Amino acid sequence: MENNDLDRILSGIWVYLAASPLLWLTVTLAVYLAGQRLFQWSGGRALFHPVALAIALLVLLLLLTGTPYAIYFSGAQFIHFLLGPATVALAIPLYSHWERVRRLFLPIVAGLLAGSLTAIFSAIGIAWLLDGSPRTLLSLAPKSVTTPVAMGIAEKIGGLPSVTAVLVILTGVVGAVAAPALLEGLRIRDDAVKGFAIGVAAHGIGTARAFQISSLAGAFAGLAIGLNALLTALLAPLIVRLLRLTP
Amino acid sequence: MIGGLAVLLIFQLVGEVAVQLSGLPIPGPVVGMMLLFVALRWREPLPDSLRATAETLLSHLSLLFVPAGVGIIQHGARLAEEWLALTIALVLSTLITVAVTALVMRALIHRRDGEQRSG
Repeated sequence: MENNDLDRILSGIWVYLAASPLLWLTVTLAVYLAGQRLFQWSGGRALFHPVALAIALLVLLLLLTGTPYAIYFSGAQFIHFLLGPATVALAIPLYSHWERVRRLFLPIVAGLLAGSLTAIFSAIGIAWLLDGSPRTLLSLAPKSVTTPVAMGIAEKIGGLPSVTAVLVILTGVVGAVAAPALLEGLRIRDDAVKGFAIGVAAHGIGTARAFQISSLAGAFAGLAIGLNALLTALLAPLIVRLLRLTP
Repeated sequence: MIGGLAVLLIFQLVGEVAVQLSGLPIPGPVVGMMLLFVALRWREPLPDSLRATAETLLSHLSLLFVPAGVGIIQHGARLAEEWLALTIALVLSTLITVAVTALVMRALIHRRDGEQRSG
């Protein structure tokens, strides 16, 4: 009898919460904070990257509670929305380090061209060698570009924008986790070079990691996001036409 | 904080409108970033409230990608079908891109520094 009452109360609360954006907004923040803790405790192990961990946990929660993504997103959209103002905010570190950017003009242009072309060709090429379907190749091509632009590019060249969004985020996590060690191995000492390389390859999630190296690295990573978004938007459609890729 | 946020949103708005009007293939916030940068260079110094808001947002940048990333739940089938090709392509391509970008930049910086020393 009492059990039934409890059940009714709990399911009443669930029905109320499930319909309000409050629940999934709060859960997203809580899971992310927990992920950050775990990442620190683990001494920064790749498997425990806060973004990867938060995504895995949230997917598990949605599956367990049978919650559709659209319901989840109606709460999480408030966090998602902040991507816009955060992108605009990248102007501030760029402004603070402008002197350095100006002096490195030529290396930046060359690094950007080389990096942008490498990102597109290597993603398409490796997936093609491994028998990836044309749609997968096209969805993968803009993977190093920041999410909103990458989705637009995918749509234009015949990929699947929502698959691209996921691949972009996985790319960011891989870059954030592996790039610092790789750059160390290559004996890259200059924080400006480190940041720019991470930003070209791994956009915003890489940039978040670059800000942990130094504010200079973060500024160059932020600069790279904008420049690579622009260049890939121009290059990807041309390359796809050149390779005669069609979905 | 609120003043800073208002500035960011205004520049985002202007950027979005500019993209809609011009049909440029880049997103509004990236245009907003470029416009804000120009405005800051033109009207120095940087207001404290803007610096504080920007630092708060940028220090939690990776959180902002979580909602879009959870979208993976909608593509389980496609991703499961080609997971090996996708994983290998994604990881290798990302690492190669980091390495190529960094090495090209370093080579050019070295060459320039060499020229400056000899010249």
